[in-house]
Amino acid sequence: MNIIQADHVTKSFGPVTAVKDVSLAVQEGEIFGFLGPNGAGKTTTTRILTGVISFDAGSAAVLGYDIRTAALQAKQGFGVVPETSNAYTELTAWQNLMLMGELYGVERDRAEQRSTKLLDTLGLLERKDQKVQAYSKGMKQRLILAMALLHEPKLLFLDEPTSGLDVQSTQMILAMLRDMNHDGTTIFLTTHNMEEANRLCHRVGIIRGGSLIAVDAPEKLKMAIESVHRIEVSFDREVASDALAALRGVTWVKRIGDKWQLTAENQDAVIQSLVTFSQRNHTAIVTLNTLAPSLDDAFLRLTQEASS
Amino acid sequence: MNPAGVPEQLRRASAITKKDIRIYYAKKSVLIFGIFLPIFLFLAFFMGSRQLPLAFLLPGLVGVTLLFTATAISPAIFSWEGRHGTLERLVSCPVSTEAIVLGDMIASILFGIGITIITVFIGLALGLSILHGITMIASIILAACCFSAIGMLLAVPPTNEPSTPMMLSLLIKFPFIFISGVFVPLEQLPSWGLALSTCSPLTYFTDLVRYSFTGEHFFPVTVDMIILGLFTLMFTTGTMYLHKRTMPKRI
Repeated sequence: MNIIQADHVTKSFGPVTAVKDVSLAVQEGEIFGFLGPNGAGKTTTTRILTGVISFDAGSAAVLGYDIRTAALQAKQGFGVVPETSNAYTELTAWQNLMLMGELYGVERDRAEQRSTKLLDTLGLLERKDQKVQAYSKGMKQRLILAMALLHEPKLLFLDEPTSGLDVQSTQMILAMLRDMNHDGTTIFLTTHNMEEANRLCHRVGIIRGGSLIAVDAPEKLKMAIESVHRIEVSFDREVASDALAALRGVTWVKRIGDKWQLTAENQDAVIQSLVTFSQRNHTAIVTLNTLAPSLDDAFLRLTQEASS
Repeated sequence: MNPAGVPEQLRRASAITKKDIRIYYAKKSVLIFGIFLPIFLFLAFFMGSRQLPLAFLLPGLVGVTLLFTATAISPAIFSWEGRHGTLERLVSCPVSTEAIVLGDMIASILFGIGITIITVFIGLALGLSILHGITMIASIILAACCFSAIGMLLAVPPTNEPSTPMMLSLLIKFPFIFISGVFVPLEQLPSWGLALSTCSPLTYFTDLVRYSFTGEHFFPVTVDMIILGLFTLMFTTGTMYLHKRTMPKRI
Protein backbone atom coordinates (compact mmCIF):
# COMPACT_ATOMS: atom_id res chain seq x y z
CA MET A 1 0.00 0.00 0.00
CA ASN A 2 1.23 3.51 -0.81
CA ILE A 3 1.04 5.56 2.34
CA ILE A 4 1.83 8.73 0.36
CA GLN A 5 0.64 9.10 -3.20
CA ALA A 6 1.23 12.36 -5.06
CA ASP A 7 0.27 12.72 -8.71
CA HIS A 8 1.34 15.61 -10.92
CA VAL A 9 1.42 18.08 -8.02
CA THR A 10 2.19 21.66 -9.05
CA LYS A 11 2.49 24.73 -6.86
CA SER A 12 3.36 28.28 -7.89
CA PHE A 13 4.08 31.38 -5.83
CA GLY A 14 3.28 34.24 -8.20
CA PRO A 15 5.41 33.81 -11.30
CA VAL A 16 7.68 31.19 -9.66
CA THR A 17 6.73 27.52 -9.97
CA ALA A 18 8.12 25.98 -6.81
CA VAL A 19 6.89 22.43 -7.48
CA LYS A 20 6.43 21.20 -11.05
CA ASP A 21 4.36 18.16 -11.86
CA VAL A 22 5.78 16.06 -9.02
CA SER A 23 4.56 12.49 -8.74
CA LEU A 24 5.82 10.14 -6.06
CA ALA A 25 4.70 7.18 -4.03
CA VAL A 26 5.96 6.15 -0.60
CA GLN A 27 5.23 2.64 0.54
CA GLU A 28 4.17 1.63 4.01
CA GLY A 29 7.12 0.80 6.24
CA GLU A 30 9.85 2.48 4.23
CA ILE A 31 12.16 5.37 4.99
CA PHE A 32 11.97 7.70 2.03
CA GLY A 33 14.65 10.35 1.71
CA PHE A 34 13.79 13.56 -0.09
CA LEU A 35 16.92 15.30 -1.31
CA GLY A 36 17.64 18.44 -3.23
CA PRO A 37 19.74 21.60 -3.22
CA ASN A 38 18.53 24.75 -1.46
CA GLY A 39 15.42 26.20 -3.06
CA ALA A 40 14.71 23.00 -5.00
CA GLY A 41 11.18 22.66 -3.64
CA LYS A 42 11.71 20.13 -0.82
CA THR A 43 10.03 22.12 1.93
CA THR A 44 7.19 23.25 -0.34
CA THR A 45 6.53 19.63 -1.32
CA THR A 46 6.60 18.56 2.33
CA ARG A 47 4.22 21.37 3.29
CA ILE A 48 1.85 20.31 0.51
CA LEU A 49 1.93 16.68 1.64
CA THR A 50 1.34 17.67 5.27
CA GLY A 51 -1.63 19.85 4.35
CA VAL A 52 0.00 23.07 5.55
CA ILE A 53 -0.29 24.81 2.18
CA SER A 54 -2.56 24.19 -0.77
CA PHE A 55 -1.44 23.39 -4.30
CA ASP A 56 -2.56 24.48 -7.75
CA ALA A 57 -2.81 21.24 -9.72
CA GLY A 58 -2.59 17.49 -9.29
CA SER A 59 -3.67 15.32 -6.38
CA ALA A 60 -2.14 14.06 -3.16
CA ALA A 61 -3.33 11.42 -0.73
CA VAL A 62 -1.72 10.66 2.62
CA LEU A 63 -2.72 7.58 4.62
CA GLY A 64 -5.52 7.10 2.08
CA TYR A 65 -7.02 10.55 2.68
CA ASP A 66 -7.12 13.28 0.07
CA ILE A 67 -4.98 15.99 1.66
CA ARG A 68 -7.16 18.69 0.11
CA THR A 69 -10.58 17.46 1.17
CA ALA A 70 -9.81 15.37 4.27
CA ALA A 71 -6.73 17.11 5.68
CA LEU A 72 -7.77 16.76 9.34
CA GLN A 73 -8.26 12.99 9.05
CA ALA A 74 -4.88 12.63 7.33
CA LYS A 75 -3.13 14.89 9.88
CA GLN A 76 -4.54 12.80 12.72
CA GLY A 77 -2.50 9.85 11.44
CA PHE A 78 0.87 11.46 10.86
CA GLY A 79 3.39 13.50 12.82
CA VAL A 80 5.44 16.40 11.53
CA VAL A 81 8.79 17.88 12.42
CA PRO A 82 8.71 21.01 10.25
CA GLU A 83 11.90 22.71 9.12
CA THR A 84 11.24 26.04 10.77
CA SER A 85 9.13 24.77 13.64
CA ASN A 86 9.74 25.44 17.27
CA ALA A 87 8.27 24.40 20.56
CA TYR A 88 6.60 27.08 22.68
CA THR A 89 9.58 28.48 24.55
CA GLU A 90 7.39 30.07 27.26
CA LEU A 91 6.08 26.64 28.19
CA THR A 92 7.90 23.72 29.78
CA ALA A 93 8.66 20.58 27.78
CA TRP A 94 5.90 18.83 29.68
CA GLN A 95 3.35 21.57 28.91
CA ASN A 96 4.33 21.46 25.23
CA LEU A 97 3.72 17.73 25.15
CA MET A 98 0.39 18.02 26.97
CA LEU A 99 -0.66 20.66 24.45
CA MET A 100 0.16 18.28 21.62
CA GLY A 101 -1.83 15.57 23.39
CA GLU A 102 -4.87 17.85 23.48
CA LEU A 103 -4.43 18.97 19.87
CA TYR A 104 -4.32 15.32 18.73
CA GLY A 105 -7.17 14.23 20.99
CA VAL A 106 -5.00 11.90 23.10
CA GLU A 107 -6.48 11.01 26.49
CA ARG A 108 -4.66 12.71 29.37
CA ASP A 109 -3.42 9.46 31.00
CA ARG A 110 -2.10 8.14 27.72
CA ALA A 111 -0.48 11.49 26.90
CA GLU A 112 1.30 11.47 30.27
CA GLN A 113 2.56 7.90 29.77
CA ARG A 114 3.78 8.63 26.25
CA SER A 115 5.40 11.91 27.30
CA THR A 116 7.31 10.26 30.13
CA LYS A 117 8.54 7.51 27.82
CA LEU A 118 9.53 9.84 24.99
CA LEU A 119 11.30 12.33 27.25
CA ASP A 120 13.17 9.47 28.89
CA THR A 121 14.24 8.00 25.53
CA LEU A 122 15.35 11.39 24.27
CA GLY A 123 17.23 12.28 27.45
CA LEU A 124 14.96 15.14 28.53
CA LEU A 125 12.99 13.66 31.40
CA GLU A 126 15.00 15.34 34.14
CA ARG A 127 14.37 18.76 32.58
CA LYS A 128 10.72 18.26 31.71
CA ASP A 129 9.54 21.07 34.01
CA GLN A 130 12.02 23.61 32.71
CA LYS A 131 10.89 26.26 30.23
CA VAL A 132 12.03 25.44 26.70
CA GLN A 133 13.72 28.83 26.34
CA ALA A 134 16.56 27.45 28.48
CA TYR A 135 17.08 24.44 26.18
CA SER A 136 19.94 24.07 23.72
CA LYS A 137 19.16 23.69 20.00
CA GLY A 138 19.68 19.95 20.19
CA MET A 139 17.36 19.62 23.19
CA LYS A 140 14.69 21.70 21.44
CA GLN A 141 14.91 19.52 18.35
CA ARG A 142 14.59 16.37 20.46
CA LEU A 143 11.55 17.87 22.14
CA ILE A 144 10.02 18.74 18.75
CA LEU A 145 10.52 15.13 17.71
CA ALA A 146 8.81 13.98 20.92
CA MET A 147 5.92 16.36 20.19
CA ALA A 148 5.53 14.84 16.73
CA LEU A 149 5.51 11.31 18.13
CA LEU A 150 3.19 11.74 21.10
CA HIS A 151 0.10 10.44 19.31
CA GLU A 152 1.94 7.37 17.94
CA PRO A 153 1.71 8.28 14.24
CA LYS A 154 1.91 5.69 11.47
CA LEU A 155 3.80 8.16 9.31
CA LEU A 156 6.36 10.76 10.27
CA PHE A 157 7.45 13.73 8.14
CA LEU A 158 10.79 15.24 9.08
CA ASP A 159 12.21 18.33 7.38
CA GLU A 160 15.94 18.65 8.07
CA PRO A 161 15.65 17.17 11.57
CA THR A 162 19.37 17.09 12.32
CA SER A 163 20.42 20.32 10.63
CA GLY A 164 22.94 22.17 12.80
CA LEU A 165 22.75 19.72 15.70
CA ASP A 166 25.57 18.35 17.81
CA VAL A 167 26.72 14.77 17.28
CA GLN A 168 24.96 13.47 20.40
CA SER A 169 21.55 14.86 19.44
CA THR A 170 21.98 13.76 15.81
CA GLN A 171 22.85 10.20 16.80
CA MET A 172 20.00 10.06 19.30
CA ILE A 173 17.47 11.23 16.71
CA LEU A 174 18.76 8.92 13.98
CA ALA A 175 18.76 5.93 16.33
CA MET A 176 15.19 6.69 17.31
CA LEU A 177 14.12 6.96 13.67
CA ARG A 178 15.68 3.55 12.93
CA ASP A 179 13.90 1.98 15.89
CA MET A 180 10.58 3.53 14.94
CA ASN A 181 10.91 2.32 11.38
CA HIS A 182 11.76 -1.14 12.69
CA ASP A 183 8.50 -1.01 14.64
CA GLY A 184 6.54 -0.13 11.50
CA THR A 185 6.51 3.66 11.24
CA THR A 186 6.92 5.03 7.73
CA ILE A 187 9.31 7.97 7.52
CA PHE A 188 9.49 10.77 4.96
CA LEU A 189 12.83 12.44 5.58
CA THR A 190 13.86 15.68 3.90
CA THR A 191 17.58 16.22 4.29
CA HIS A 192 20.70 17.82 2.89
CA ASN A 193 22.84 15.21 4.54
CA MET A 194 23.74 12.57 1.96
CA GLU A 195 25.46 10.34 4.48
CA GLU A 196 22.34 10.38 6.64
CA ALA A 197 20.15 9.55 3.65
CA ASN A 198 22.56 6.86 2.50
CA ARG A 199 22.57 5.12 5.85
CA LEU A 200 18.89 5.50 6.71
CA CYS A 201 16.77 5.49 3.58
CA HIS A 202 15.36 2.58 1.62
CA ARG A 203 14.70 4.89 -1.31
CA VAL A 204 15.48 8.49 -2.08
CA GLY A 205 13.87 11.04 -4.37
CA ILE A 206 15.96 13.89 -5.76
CA ILE A 207 14.26 17.17 -6.58
CA ARG A 208 15.82 19.99 -8.54
CA GLY A 209 14.17 23.23 -9.69
CA GLY A 210 10.81 21.93 -8.47
CA SER A 211 10.97 18.77 -10.59
CA LEU A 212 11.57 15.27 -9.30
CA ILE A 213 14.54 14.03 -11.32
CA ALA A 214 15.20 10.61 -9.78
CA VAL A 215 13.61 8.17 -7.36
CA ASP A 216 15.41 4.98 -6.47
CA ALA A 217 17.33 3.09 -3.80
CA PRO A 218 20.61 4.83 -2.87
CA GLU A 219 22.74 1.93 -4.15
CA LYS A 220 20.91 1.91 -7.47
CA LEU A 221 21.46 5.65 -7.87
CA LYS A 222 25.16 5.15 -7.23
CA MET A 223 25.27 2.35 -9.78
CA ALA A 224 23.63 4.62 -12.32
CA ILE A 225 26.70 6.86 -12.34
CA GLU A 226 29.21 4.00 -12.15
CA SER A 227 30.48 4.85 -15.66
CA VAL A 228 32.65 7.48 -13.98
CA HIS A 229 35.41 6.30 -11.62
CA ARG A 230 37.26 8.29 -9.03
CA ILE A 231 40.86 7.74 -8.13
CA GLU A 232 42.66 9.33 -5.21
CA VAL A 233 46.44 9.62 -5.43
CA SER A 234 49.21 11.34 -3.50
CA PHE A 235 52.87 11.84 -4.37
CA ASP A 236 55.97 12.41 -2.28
CA ARG A 237 56.57 15.80 -3.93
CA GLU A 238 54.57 18.58 -5.56
CA VAL A 239 53.15 17.92 -9.01
CA ALA A 240 51.33 20.32 -11.32
CA SER A 241 47.59 19.91 -11.76
CA ASP A 242 47.92 20.64 -15.49
CA ALA A 243 50.26 17.68 -15.85
CA LEU A 244 47.76 15.37 -14.16
CA ALA A 245 44.84 16.75 -16.16
CA ALA A 246 46.79 16.05 -19.36
CA LEU A 247 47.14 12.34 -18.59
CA ARG A 248 45.33 9.97 -20.92
CA GLY A 249 41.79 9.16 -19.75
CA VAL A 250 41.63 11.79 -16.98
CA THR A 251 38.45 13.85 -17.22
CA TRP A 252 38.67 15.96 -14.03
CA VAL A 253 41.30 16.83 -11.41
CA LYS A 254 40.93 18.41 -8.01
CA ARG A 255 43.36 18.89 -5.15
CA ILE A 256 42.01 17.80 -1.77
CA GLY A 257 44.49 18.42 1.05
CA ASP A 258 47.73 16.63 0.21
CA LYS A 259 45.96 14.34 -2.27
CA TRP A 260 44.65 14.60 -5.82
CA GLN A 261 41.28 13.32 -6.84
CA LEU A 262 40.83 12.34 -10.49
CA THR A 263 37.85 11.07 -12.41
CA ALA A 264 38.17 8.81 -15.39
CA GLU A 265 36.03 6.69 -17.63
CA ASN A 266 38.76 4.02 -17.92
CA GLN A 267 40.13 3.36 -14.48
CA ASP A 268 42.83 0.93 -15.60
CA ALA A 269 44.25 3.31 -18.24
CA VAL A 270 44.52 6.14 -15.72
CA ILE A 271 46.29 4.00 -13.12
CA GLN A 272 48.84 2.97 -15.74
CA SER A 273 49.25 6.62 -16.78
CA LEU A 274 49.84 7.63 -13.16
CA VAL A 275 52.54 5.00 -12.73
CA THR A 276 54.25 6.15 -15.93
CA PHE A 277 53.86 9.79 -14.83
CA SER A 278 55.54 9.11 -11.47
CA GLN A 279 58.47 7.32 -13.12
CA ARG A 280 59.04 10.08 -15.67
CA ASN A 281 58.88 12.83 -13.05
CA HIS A 282 61.01 10.97 -10.49
CA THR A 283 58.28 11.13 -7.88
CA ALA A 284 56.93 8.26 -5.83
CA ILE A 285 53.25 7.43 -5.40
CA VAL A 286 52.52 7.52 -1.64
CA THR A 287 48.87 6.37 -1.80
CA LEU A 288 46.61 5.27 -4.65
CA ASN A 289 42.95 4.44 -4.00
CA THR A 290 40.01 3.81 -6.27
CA LEU A 291 36.83 5.29 -4.79
CA ALA A 292 33.35 3.91 -5.25
CA PRO A 293 30.77 6.57 -6.19
CA SER A 294 28.96 7.99 -3.18
CA LEU A 295 25.40 9.23 -2.92
CA ASP A 296 26.96 12.70 -2.98
CA ASP A 297 28.35 11.94 -6.43
CA ALA A 298 25.03 10.60 -7.64
CA PHE A 299 23.26 13.65 -6.24
CA LEU A 300 25.70 16.12 -7.76
CA ARG A 301 25.69 14.35 -11.10
CA LEU A 302 21.92 14.12 -11.29
CA THR A 303 21.29 17.70 -10.17
CA GLN A 304 23.97 19.07 -12.51
CA GLU A 305 22.52 17.12 -15.43
CA ALA A 306 19.06 18.45 -14.61
CA SER A 307 20.26 22.04 -14.48
CA SER A 308 22.19 21.77 -17.74
CA MET B 1 -12.98 9.58 17.15
CA ASN B 2 -13.69 11.88 14.23
CA PRO B 3 -10.98 14.57 14.33
CA ALA B 4 -12.98 16.78 11.96
CA GLY B 5 -16.16 16.61 14.10
CA VAL B 6 -17.38 19.70 15.93
CA PRO B 7 -16.94 18.26 19.48
CA GLU B 8 -13.30 17.31 18.78
CA GLN B 9 -12.53 20.65 17.17
CA LEU B 10 -14.09 22.48 20.13
CA ARG B 11 -11.91 20.43 22.48
CA ARG B 12 -8.84 21.34 20.49
CA ALA B 13 -9.87 25.01 20.38
CA SER B 14 -9.98 24.94 24.19
CA ALA B 15 -6.39 23.62 24.20
CA ILE B 16 -5.38 26.65 22.13
CA THR B 17 -7.21 28.90 24.59
CA LYS B 18 -5.27 27.40 27.50
CA LYS B 19 -2.01 27.82 25.59
CA ASP B 20 -2.78 31.47 24.81
CA ILE B 21 -3.66 32.28 28.41
CA ARG B 22 -0.46 30.67 29.67
CA ILE B 23 1.80 32.27 27.10
CA TYR B 24 0.26 35.64 26.31
CA TYR B 25 -2.32 36.73 28.88
CA ALA B 26 -1.08 35.51 32.26
CA LYS B 27 1.79 37.98 32.23
CA LYS B 28 2.16 40.81 34.70
CA SER B 29 2.86 43.39 31.97
CA VAL B 30 -0.26 42.43 30.01
CA LEU B 31 -2.46 42.48 33.12
CA ILE B 32 -1.08 45.83 34.22
CA PHE B 33 -1.64 47.28 30.72
CA GLY B 34 -5.19 45.89 30.68
CA ILE B 35 -6.05 47.53 33.99
CA PHE B 36 -4.20 50.83 33.83
CA LEU B 37 -4.82 52.07 30.31
CA PRO B 38 -8.62 52.43 30.68
CA ILE B 39 -8.18 53.88 34.16
CA PHE B 40 -5.85 56.57 32.87
CA LEU B 41 -8.25 57.37 30.05
CA PHE B 42 -11.09 57.58 32.56
CA LEU B 43 -9.12 59.87 34.86
CA ALA B 44 -8.23 62.10 31.92
CA PHE B 45 -11.91 62.68 31.22
CA PHE B 46 -13.06 62.65 34.88
CA MET B 47 -10.53 65.27 35.97
CA GLY B 48 -11.16 67.46 32.94
CA SER B 49 -13.43 70.46 33.00
CA ARG B 50 -16.46 68.70 31.58
CA GLN B 51 -17.99 68.00 35.00
CA LEU B 52 -19.68 64.82 33.77
CA PRO B 53 -21.14 62.69 36.58
CA LEU B 54 -19.47 59.45 37.67
CA ALA B 55 -22.64 57.51 36.81
CA PHE B 56 -22.14 58.59 33.21
CA LEU B 57 -18.39 58.12 32.99
CA LEU B 58 -18.08 54.73 34.65
CA PRO B 59 -20.07 52.86 31.98
CA GLY B 60 -17.69 54.46 29.48
CA LEU B 61 -14.75 53.12 31.48
CA VAL B 62 -16.30 49.63 31.42
CA GLY B 63 -16.80 49.91 27.66
CA VAL B 64 -13.26 51.07 26.94
CA THR B 65 -11.81 48.45 29.28
CA LEU B 66 -13.57 45.63 27.48
CA LEU B 67 -12.67 46.99 24.04
CA PHE B 68 -9.00 47.44 24.93
CA THR B 69 -8.56 44.17 26.79
CA ALA B 70 -10.45 41.96 24.34
CA THR B 71 -8.32 43.35 21.51
CA ALA B 72 -5.07 43.80 23.45
CA ILE B 73 -3.19 40.67 22.40
CA SER B 74 -5.21 38.76 19.81
CA PRO B 75 -4.26 40.91 16.76
CA ALA B 76 -0.60 39.98 17.21
CA ILE B 77 -0.76 36.30 18.18
CA PHE B 78 -0.51 34.92 14.65
CA SER B 79 2.34 37.30 13.84
CA TRP B 80 4.27 36.24 16.94
CA GLU B 81 3.66 32.59 16.29
CA GLY B 82 4.58 32.92 12.63
CA ARG B 83 7.81 34.64 13.59
CA HIS B 84 8.74 32.07 16.25
CA GLY B 85 7.94 29.06 14.10
CA THR B 86 5.13 27.76 16.30
CA LEU B 87 2.34 28.55 13.83
CA GLU B 88 3.49 25.92 11.35
CA ARG B 89 3.49 23.37 14.15
CA LEU B 90 -0.11 24.36 15.01
CA VAL B 91 -1.26 24.27 11.38
CA SER B 92 0.28 20.84 10.84
CA CYS B 93 -1.83 19.46 13.70
CA PRO B 94 -5.35 18.13 13.04
CA VAL B 95 -6.94 21.43 14.01
CA SER B 96 -8.98 23.52 11.58
CA THR B 97 -8.25 27.21 11.03
CA GLU B 98 -11.66 27.96 12.51
CA ALA B 99 -10.74 26.08 15.70
CA ILE B 100 -7.43 27.95 15.97
CA VAL B 101 -9.22 31.31 15.54
CA LEU B 102 -11.94 30.27 17.98
CA GLY B 103 -9.33 29.24 20.57
CA ASP B 104 -7.62 32.62 20.25
CA MET B 105 -10.99 34.39 20.47
CA ILE B 106 -12.04 32.55 23.64
CA ALA B 107 -8.76 33.48 25.34
CA SER B 108 -9.28 37.17 24.57
CA ILE B 109 -12.94 36.94 25.65
CA LEU B 110 -11.94 35.49 29.03
CA PHE B 111 -9.19 38.07 29.49
CA GLY B 112 -11.55 40.89 28.51
CA ILE B 113 -14.30 39.73 30.86
CA GLY B 114 -11.85 39.19 33.74
CA ILE B 115 -10.41 42.71 33.58
CA THR B 116 -13.82 44.31 32.90
CA ILE B 117 -15.22 42.76 36.07
CA ILE B 118 -12.52 44.65 37.97
CA THR B 119 -13.75 47.95 36.52
CA VAL B 120 -17.34 47.05 37.42
CA PHE B 121 -16.16 46.52 40.99
CA ILE B 122 -14.41 49.90 40.87
CA GLY B 123 -17.80 51.38 40.00
CA LEU B 124 -19.44 49.60 42.91
CA ALA B 125 -16.66 50.78 45.22
CA LEU B 126 -17.23 54.38 44.07
CA GLY B 127 -20.86 54.16 45.13
CA LEU B 128 -22.70 53.03 42.02
CA SER B 129 -25.07 50.09 42.15
CA ILE B 130 -26.13 47.62 39.49
CA LEU B 131 -29.83 48.00 38.71
CA HIS B 132 -30.02 45.43 35.91
CA GLY B 133 -27.55 42.65 36.66
CA ILE B 134 -28.66 40.20 33.98
CA THR B 135 -28.43 42.86 31.27
CA MET B 136 -24.96 43.76 32.56
CA ILE B 137 -23.73 40.14 32.45
CA ALA B 138 -25.32 39.39 29.05
CA SER B 139 -23.98 42.57 27.50
CA ILE B 140 -20.44 42.04 28.82
CA ILE B 141 -20.38 38.48 27.41
CA LEU B 142 -21.85 39.53 24.07
CA ALA B 143 -19.59 42.56 23.72
CA ALA B 144 -16.52 40.51 24.72
CA CYS B 145 -17.33 38.11 21.85
CA CYS B 146 -17.82 41.05 19.48
CA PHE B 147 -14.59 42.87 20.45
CA SER B 148 -12.62 39.65 20.43
CA ALA B 149 -13.81 39.02 16.85
CA ILE B 150 -12.68 42.56 15.98
CA GLY B 151 -9.29 41.74 17.48
CA MET B 152 -9.01 38.65 15.31
CA LEU B 153 -10.10 40.64 12.25
CA LEU B 154 -7.19 42.98 12.88
CA ALA B 155 -4.93 39.91 12.75
CA VAL B 156 -6.00 38.99 9.21
CA PRO B 157 -3.18 40.71 7.23
CA PRO B 158 -0.61 37.90 6.86
CA THR B 159 2.48 39.47 8.37
CA ASN B 160 5.03 38.07 10.78
CA GLU B 161 5.75 41.55 12.11
CA PRO B 162 3.67 41.97 15.32
CA SER B 163 3.91 45.77 15.26
CA THR B 164 1.80 45.94 12.07
CA PRO B 165 -1.48 44.58 13.51
CA MET B 166 -0.86 46.37 16.82
CA MET B 167 -0.54 49.72 15.05
CA LEU B 168 -3.65 48.97 12.98
CA SER B 169 -5.41 48.03 16.20
CA LEU B 170 -4.63 51.37 17.86
CA LEU B 171 -5.67 53.29 14.76
CA ILE B 172 -9.08 51.64 14.89
CA LYS B 173 -9.66 51.52 18.66
CA PHE B 174 -9.08 55.17 19.51
CA PRO B 175 -11.65 56.59 17.05
CA PHE B 176 -14.17 54.14 18.55
CA ILE B 177 -13.82 55.93 21.91
CA PHE B 178 -14.75 59.30 20.44
CA ILE B 179 -17.72 58.22 18.33
CA SER B 180 -19.36 55.77 20.75
CA GLY B 181 -20.79 57.99 23.46
CA VAL B 182 -18.16 56.75 25.88
CA PHE B 183 -17.07 60.03 27.44
CA VAL B 184 -19.31 62.36 25.40
CA PRO B 185 -23.07 61.80 25.69
CA LEU B 186 -24.68 60.69 22.42
CA GLU B 187 -27.23 63.48 22.88
CA GLN B 188 -24.43 66.05 22.60
CA LEU B 189 -23.02 64.63 19.36
CA PRO B 190 -23.77 66.42 16.08
CA SER B 191 -25.99 64.54 13.65
CA TRP B 192 -23.01 63.26 11.64
CA GLY B 193 -21.39 62.12 14.90
CA LEU B 194 -24.54 60.31 15.90
CA ALA B 195 -24.68 58.64 12.48
CA LEU B 196 -21.07 57.51 12.94
CA SER B 197 -21.79 56.25 16.43
CA THR B 198 -24.41 53.83 15.12
CA CYS B 199 -21.62 52.08 13.19
CA SER B 200 -19.66 51.32 16.37
CA PRO B 201 -20.51 48.27 18.49
CA LEU B 202 -19.02 50.09 21.48
CA THR B 203 -21.96 52.54 21.31
CA TYR B 204 -24.48 49.78 22.00
CA PHE B 205 -22.39 48.15 24.72
CA THR B 206 -21.82 51.44 26.55
CA ASP B 207 -25.54 52.18 26.28
CA LEU B 208 -26.33 48.77 27.82
CA VAL B 209 -23.86 49.23 30.68
CA ARG B 210 -25.20 52.71 31.35
CA TYR B 211 -28.70 51.22 31.50
CA SER B 212 -27.46 48.50 33.86
CA PHE B 213 -25.96 51.09 36.25
CA THR B 214 -28.44 53.98 35.99
CA GLY B 215 -31.54 52.76 34.16
CA GLU B 216 -30.95 55.42 31.47
CA HIS B 217 -30.34 54.53 27.83
CA PHE B 218 -30.25 56.16 24.40
CA PHE B 219 -31.41 53.21 22.26
CA PRO B 220 -34.01 50.64 23.40
CA VAL B 221 -32.26 47.79 25.27
CA THR B 222 -33.49 45.12 22.85
CA VAL B 223 -32.16 47.15 19.91
CA ASP B 224 -28.76 47.44 21.64
CA MET B 225 -28.68 43.68 22.21
CA ILE B 226 -29.80 42.74 18.69
CA ILE B 227 -27.36 45.09 16.96
CA LEU B 228 -24.49 43.97 19.21
CA GLY B 229 -25.42 40.36 18.38
CA LEU B 230 -25.45 41.13 14.65
CA PHE B 231 -22.05 42.83 14.87
CA THR B 232 -20.70 39.78 16.71
CA LEU B 233 -22.06 37.41 14.09
CA MET B 234 -20.76 39.52 11.22
CA PHE B 235 -17.26 39.97 12.68
CA THR B 236 -16.94 36.32 13.73
CA THR B 237 -18.02 35.00 10.34
CA GLY B 238 -15.77 37.50 8.59
CA THR B 239 -12.71 36.68 10.69
CA MET B 240 -13.15 32.90 10.22
CA TYR B 241 -13.53 33.28 6.46
CA LEU B 242 -10.61 35.67 6.03
CA HIS B 243 -8.21 33.71 8.25
CA LYS B 244 -8.94 30.53 6.30
CA ARG B 245 -7.84 32.38 3.16
CA THR B 246 -4.74 34.04 4.61
CA MET B 247 -3.40 31.29 6.87
CA PRO B 248 -1.33 29.52 4.13
CA LYS B 249 0.32 32.86 3.32
CA ARG B 250 1.69 33.09 6.85
CA ILE B 251 3.70 29.87 6.57
